[in-house]
Amino acid sequence: MQRFRAGDSVRTRAANPEGHTRLPRYLCDRRGTIEAVHGLYPLPDERALGVGVASCTKEMLYTVVFDSGEVWREGTSEPASISADLWDSYLEPEQAR
Amino acid sequence: MKGEQGHDHDHHDHEAHAESASMASRVGALIANLESKGIVSGAELDAAVEAFLVGTQRAGGPALVARAWVDPAFRGRLLADANGALAELGIDMTHWAHVKVRAVENTDRVHNVIVCTLCSCYPVALLGPSPTWYKSLAYRSRVVREPRAVLAEFGLALDPNIEVRVWDSTAELRYVVLPRRPDGTEALGEAELALLVTRDALIGTAVCRAETGPLREAVR
Repeated sequence: MQRFRAGDSVRTRAANPEGHTRLPRYLCDRRGTIEAVHGLYPLPDERALGVGVASCTKEMLYTVVFDSGEVWREGTSEPASISADLWDSYLEPEQAR
Repeated sequence: MKGEQGHDHDHHDHEAHAESASMASRVGALIANLESKGIVSGAELDAAVEAFLVGTQRAGGPALVARAWVDPAFRGRLLADANGALAELGIDMTHWAHVKVRAVENTDRVHNVIVCTLCSCYPVALLGPSPTWYKSLAYRSRVVREPRAVLAEFGLALDPNIEVRVWDSTAELRYVVLPRRPDGTEALGEAELALLVTRDALIGTAVCRAETGPLREAVR
Protein backbone atom coordinates (compact mmCIF):
# COMPACT_ATOMS: atom_id res chain seq x y z
CA MET A 1 0.00 0.00 0.00
CA GLN A 2 2.90 2.36 0.66
CA ARG A 3 4.50 2.95 -2.72
CA PHE A 4 6.83 5.78 -1.69
CA ARG A 5 9.23 6.65 1.07
CA ALA A 6 10.64 9.97 2.24
CA GLY A 7 13.16 11.20 -0.31
CA ASP A 8 11.55 9.49 -3.32
CA SER A 9 11.03 11.55 -6.48
CA VAL A 10 7.45 11.61 -7.74
CA ARG A 11 5.47 13.30 -10.49
CA THR A 12 1.90 14.46 -9.99
CA ARG A 13 -0.69 13.28 -12.48
CA ALA A 14 -1.56 15.50 -15.43
CA ALA A 15 -5.23 14.49 -15.61
CA ASN A 16 -7.83 17.15 -14.93
CA PRO A 17 -10.81 15.19 -13.57
CA GLU A 18 -14.36 16.47 -13.90
CA GLY A 19 -15.21 15.88 -10.25
CA HIS A 20 -13.69 16.99 -6.98
CA THR A 21 -10.03 16.36 -6.33
CA ARG A 22 -7.54 17.72 -3.85
CA LEU A 23 -4.61 17.87 -6.21
CA PRO A 24 -4.45 21.63 -6.86
CA ARG A 25 -4.37 22.36 -10.60
CA TYR A 26 -1.22 24.43 -10.22
CA LEU A 27 0.57 21.31 -8.98
CA CYS A 28 -0.50 19.05 -11.88
CA ASP A 29 2.27 17.30 -13.81
CA ARG A 30 5.03 18.58 -11.53
CA ARG A 31 8.05 16.83 -10.07
CA GLY A 32 8.27 16.71 -6.30
CA THR A 33 9.91 14.86 -3.43
CA ILE A 34 8.17 12.82 -0.74
CA GLU A 35 8.79 14.59 2.55
CA ALA A 36 6.52 12.68 4.96
CA VAL A 37 4.19 9.67 5.00
CA HIS A 38 0.97 10.02 6.99
CA GLY A 39 -0.88 6.71 6.67
CA LEU A 40 -4.21 5.85 5.08
CA TYR A 41 -6.82 8.56 4.58
CA PRO A 42 -10.25 8.49 2.88
CA LEU A 43 -9.96 9.58 -0.75
CA PRO A 44 -11.72 12.96 -1.04
CA ASP A 45 -12.45 12.44 -4.74
CA GLU A 46 -14.86 9.65 -3.67
CA ARG A 47 -16.09 11.35 -0.50
CA ALA A 48 -17.25 14.29 -2.63
CA LEU A 49 -19.55 11.89 -4.52
CA GLY A 50 -21.32 11.02 -1.27
CA VAL A 51 -19.44 7.80 -0.49
CA GLY A 52 -19.28 7.29 3.27
CA VAL A 53 -16.03 7.27 5.22
CA ALA A 54 -16.40 3.58 6.04
CA SER A 55 -16.90 2.37 2.48
CA CYS A 56 -14.76 4.77 0.46
CA THR A 57 -11.26 4.00 -0.77
CA LYS A 58 -8.45 4.72 1.69
CA GLU A 59 -5.13 5.72 0.20
CA MET A 60 -1.74 6.56 1.61
CA LEU A 61 -1.31 10.28 2.14
CA TYR A 62 2.07 11.93 1.56
CA THR A 63 3.50 15.40 2.05
CA VAL A 64 5.20 16.28 -1.23
CA VAL A 65 7.64 19.19 -1.55
CA PHE A 66 7.98 21.07 -4.82
CA ASP A 67 10.59 23.60 -5.83
CA SER A 68 8.70 26.83 -6.53
CA GLY A 69 10.90 27.66 -9.53
CA GLU A 70 9.93 24.33 -11.12
CA VAL A 71 6.24 24.72 -10.26
CA TRP A 72 6.02 28.12 -11.97
CA ARG A 73 8.64 27.25 -14.57
CA GLU A 74 10.75 30.28 -13.96
CA GLY A 75 14.15 30.59 -12.42
CA THR A 76 14.75 32.62 -9.30
CA SER A 77 17.74 33.12 -7.08
CA GLU A 78 15.55 33.29 -3.97
CA PRO A 79 14.90 29.82 -2.58
CA ALA A 80 11.28 28.82 -2.10
CA SER A 81 9.29 25.61 -1.93
CA ILE A 82 5.64 24.60 -1.84
CA SER A 83 4.41 21.54 0.06
CA ALA A 84 1.06 19.82 -0.37
CA ASP A 85 -0.53 16.74 1.16
CA LEU A 86 -1.40 14.38 -1.69
CA TRP A 87 -3.05 10.98 -2.00
CA ASP A 88 -1.30 8.00 -3.57
CA SER A 89 -3.31 7.97 -6.81
CA TYR A 90 -2.28 11.56 -7.54
CA LEU A 91 1.35 10.43 -7.81
CA GLU A 92 3.57 8.40 -10.09
CA PRO A 93 7.22 7.47 -9.59
CA GLU A 94 9.56 9.91 -11.31
CA GLN A 95 12.39 8.36 -13.27
CA ALA A 96 15.79 9.09 -11.81
CA ARG A 97 17.69 11.59 -13.89
CA MET B 1 -11.52 41.78 9.14
CA LYS B 2 -10.55 44.80 7.11
CA GLY B 3 -13.71 44.79 5.02
CA GLU B 4 -15.90 45.05 8.09
CA GLN B 5 -14.20 48.12 9.49
CA GLY B 6 -15.68 50.24 6.77
CA HIS B 7 -13.29 53.10 6.02
CA ASP B 8 -10.46 51.62 4.04
CA HIS B 9 -12.28 49.84 1.28
CA ASP B 10 -10.25 49.09 -1.78
CA HIS B 11 -11.39 47.15 -4.81
CA HIS B 12 -10.73 43.81 -3.20
CA ASP B 13 -12.72 44.67 -0.09
CA HIS B 14 -15.76 45.50 -2.22
CA GLU B 15 -15.52 42.08 -3.82
CA ALA B 16 -15.12 40.41 -0.44
CA HIS B 17 -18.04 42.38 0.93
CA ALA B 18 -20.33 41.40 -1.96
CA GLU B 19 -19.22 37.80 -1.53
CA SER B 20 -19.98 37.75 2.20
CA ALA B 21 -23.33 39.53 1.71
CA SER B 22 -24.34 36.90 -0.83
CA MET B 23 -23.14 34.15 1.51
CA ALA B 24 -25.07 35.67 4.42
CA SER B 25 -28.32 35.61 2.44
CA ARG B 26 -27.70 32.00 1.40
CA VAL B 27 -26.99 30.98 5.00
CA GLY B 28 -30.11 32.85 6.10
CA ALA B 29 -32.24 30.97 3.56
CA LEU B 30 -30.73 27.66 4.63
CA ILE B 31 -31.43 28.35 8.32
CA ALA B 32 -35.01 29.42 7.56
CA ASN B 33 -35.60 26.14 5.73
CA LEU B 34 -34.03 24.02 8.48
CA GLU B 35 -36.18 25.76 11.06
CA SER B 36 -39.42 25.57 9.08
CA LYS B 37 -38.93 21.83 8.53
CA GLY B 38 -38.22 21.31 12.22
CA ILE B 39 -34.71 19.96 11.61
CA VAL B 40 -32.99 22.44 13.91
CA SER B 41 -34.19 25.26 16.13
CA GLY B 42 -32.73 28.75 16.39
CA ALA B 43 -31.82 28.06 20.01
CA GLU B 44 -29.93 24.90 19.05
CA LEU B 45 -28.01 26.81 16.38
CA ASP B 46 -27.10 29.57 18.82
CA ALA B 47 -25.89 27.00 21.33
CA ALA B 48 -23.73 25.27 18.71
CA VAL B 49 -22.16 28.54 17.54
CA GLU B 50 -21.51 29.64 21.09
CA ALA B 51 -19.88 26.32 22.00
CA PHE B 52 -17.67 26.64 18.94
CA LEU B 53 -16.60 30.19 19.79
CA VAL B 54 -15.98 29.40 23.45
CA GLY B 55 -13.82 26.49 22.37
CA THR B 56 -11.73 28.63 20.06
CA GLN B 57 -11.32 31.42 22.61
CA ARG B 58 -9.07 29.05 24.46
CA ALA B 59 -6.99 28.78 21.31
CA GLY B 60 -3.71 27.37 22.50
CA GLY B 61 -1.24 28.45 19.83
CA PRO B 62 0.66 31.06 21.89
CA ALA B 63 0.93 28.75 24.92
CA LEU B 64 2.24 26.02 22.67
CA VAL B 65 4.95 28.25 21.21
CA ALA B 66 6.00 29.69 24.57
CA ARG B 67 6.43 26.20 26.01
CA ALA B 68 8.50 25.17 22.99
CA TRP B 69 10.72 28.24 23.46
CA VAL B 70 11.50 27.48 27.10
CA ASP B 71 11.59 23.68 26.93
CA PRO B 72 13.78 22.16 24.18
CA ALA B 73 12.53 18.63 24.90
CA PHE B 74 8.93 19.79 24.46
CA ARG B 75 9.95 21.57 21.25
CA GLY B 76 11.31 18.28 19.94
CA ARG B 77 8.09 16.46 20.80
CA LEU B 78 6.01 19.25 19.22
CA LEU B 79 7.89 18.98 15.93
CA ALA B 80 7.75 15.17 15.94
CA ASP B 81 4.14 14.71 17.08
CA ALA B 82 2.17 17.93 17.51
CA ASN B 83 -1.02 16.17 18.64
CA GLY B 84 0.85 14.50 21.48
CA ALA B 85 2.41 17.82 22.52
CA LEU B 86 -0.99 19.51 22.43
CA ALA B 87 -2.42 16.80 24.67
CA GLU B 88 0.40 17.45 27.16
CA LEU B 89 -0.77 21.07 27.43
CA GLY B 90 -4.38 19.98 27.71
CA ILE B 91 -5.28 21.62 24.41
CA ASP B 92 -8.36 19.92 23.03
CA MET B 93 -8.24 19.44 19.27
CA THR B 94 -11.45 17.48 19.01
CA HIS B 95 -14.17 20.12 19.36
CA TRP B 96 -14.18 20.70 15.62
CA ALA B 97 -12.95 17.45 14.12
CA HIS B 98 -10.11 15.06 14.69
CA VAL B 99 -7.21 16.41 12.71
CA LYS B 100 -3.52 15.70 12.60
CA VAL B 101 -1.59 18.84 13.44
CA ARG B 102 1.92 19.49 12.26
CA ALA B 103 4.16 22.27 13.55
CA VAL B 104 6.75 23.64 11.13
CA GLU B 105 9.71 25.49 12.59
CA ASN B 106 11.16 28.80 11.48
CA THR B 107 14.95 28.97 11.71
CA ASP B 108 17.63 31.43 10.63
CA ARG B 109 17.51 29.76 7.20
CA VAL B 110 13.83 28.87 6.73
CA HIS B 111 10.58 30.82 6.99
CA ASN B 112 7.28 28.91 6.84
CA VAL B 113 3.88 30.23 5.80
CA ILE B 114 0.51 28.46 5.69
CA VAL B 115 -2.30 28.59 3.16
CA CYS B 116 -5.17 26.49 1.87
CA THR B 117 -5.40 27.17 -1.87
CA LEU B 118 -8.39 24.85 -2.40
CA CYS B 119 -10.66 26.28 0.32
CA SER B 120 -9.71 27.78 3.67
CA CYS B 121 -8.46 24.96 5.92
CA TYR B 122 -7.06 26.43 9.12
CA PRO B 123 -6.09 25.13 12.58
CA VAL B 124 -9.15 26.70 14.24
CA ALA B 125 -8.65 24.94 17.56
CA LEU B 126 -5.17 26.43 17.86
CA LEU B 127 -5.63 29.87 16.38
CA GLY B 128 -9.33 30.65 16.75
CA PRO B 129 -11.50 31.67 13.76
CA SER B 130 -9.42 32.57 10.71
CA PRO B 131 -9.01 36.17 9.51
CA THR B 132 -10.96 37.24 6.42
CA TRP B 133 -7.81 37.75 4.38
CA TYR B 134 -6.78 34.12 4.95
CA LYS B 135 -9.93 33.05 3.10
CA SER B 136 -9.54 35.64 0.32
CA LEU B 137 -8.82 34.54 -3.22
CA ALA B 138 -5.98 37.08 -3.33
CA TYR B 139 -4.06 35.55 -0.41
CA ARG B 140 -4.76 31.96 -1.45
CA SER B 141 -3.65 32.43 -5.04
CA ARG B 142 -0.76 34.83 -4.50
CA VAL B 143 1.06 33.35 -1.52
CA VAL B 144 1.99 30.23 -3.50
CA ARG B 145 2.91 32.29 -6.59
CA GLU B 146 4.87 35.14 -5.03
CA PRO B 147 5.24 34.50 -1.29
CA ARG B 148 7.96 37.10 -0.74
CA ALA B 149 5.88 39.86 -2.30
CA VAL B 150 2.85 38.88 -0.19
CA LEU B 151 4.92 38.74 3.00
CA ALA B 152 6.42 42.15 2.17
CA GLU B 153 2.88 43.53 1.96
CA PHE B 154 2.33 42.18 5.48
CA GLY B 155 5.39 44.20 6.50
CA LEU B 156 7.72 41.22 6.61
CA ALA B 157 10.83 41.74 4.47
CA LEU B 158 12.79 38.49 4.35
CA ASP B 159 16.48 38.16 3.63
CA PRO B 160 16.83 36.86 0.03
CA ASN B 161 18.86 33.91 1.32
CA ILE B 162 16.10 32.63 3.59
CA GLU B 163 14.14 29.78 2.06
CA VAL B 164 10.39 30.37 2.06
CA ARG B 165 8.36 27.19 2.56
CA VAL B 166 4.69 27.48 1.69
CA TRP B 167 2.49 24.75 3.18
CA ASP B 168 -0.69 24.22 1.16
CA SER B 169 -3.15 22.42 3.49
CA THR B 170 -4.73 20.21 0.85
CA ALA B 171 -5.76 17.32 3.10
CA GLU B 172 -6.66 16.41 6.69
CA LEU B 173 -3.49 17.87 8.18
CA ARG B 174 -3.45 21.29 9.77
CA TYR B 175 -0.26 23.30 9.97
CA VAL B 176 0.96 25.79 12.52
CA VAL B 177 4.20 27.75 12.35
CA LEU B 178 6.62 27.60 15.27
CA PRO B 179 8.08 31.11 15.12
CA ARG B 180 11.60 32.02 16.26
CA ARG B 181 11.99 33.34 19.77
CA PRO B 182 12.88 37.03 19.50
CA ASP B 183 16.27 38.24 20.73
CA GLY B 184 16.16 40.14 23.99
CA THR B 185 13.52 37.96 25.60
CA GLU B 186 15.88 35.87 27.75
CA ALA B 187 14.44 37.34 30.96
CA LEU B 188 10.82 36.57 30.08
CA GLY B 189 8.88 33.69 31.55
CA GLU B 190 6.56 31.38 29.67
CA ALA B 191 3.39 33.40 30.27
CA GLU B 192 5.08 36.63 29.17
CA LEU B 193 6.53 34.97 26.09
CA ALA B 194 3.09 33.71 25.08
CA LEU B 195 1.96 37.34 24.84
CA LEU B 196 4.52 37.95 22.09
CA VAL B 197 3.01 35.24 19.89
CA THR B 198 0.48 36.69 17.46
CA ARG B 199 -1.98 34.90 15.23
CA ASP B 200 -0.16 36.10 12.12
CA ALA B 201 3.15 34.74 13.45
CA LEU B 202 1.48 31.33 13.79
CA ILE B 203 0.27 31.57 10.17
CA GLY B 204 3.68 32.81 9.04
CA THR B 205 2.72 36.23 7.72
CA ALA B 206 4.58 37.86 10.63
CA VAL B 207 7.42 37.13 13.02
CA CYS B 208 7.45 37.57 16.78
CA ARG B 209 9.12 40.73 18.03
CA ALA B 210 10.16 41.55 21.59
CA GLU B 211 9.34 45.22 21.16
CA THR B 212 5.78 44.67 20.00
CA GLY B 213 4.77 42.58 22.97
CA PRO B 214 2.09 44.01 25.24
CA LEU B 215 4.34 43.47 28.25
CA ARG B 216 7.10 45.77 27.02
CA GLU B 217 6.65 48.37 29.74
CA ALA B 218 6.14 45.84 32.52
CA VAL B 219 9.32 43.99 31.62
CA ARG B 220 11.61 47.03 31.43
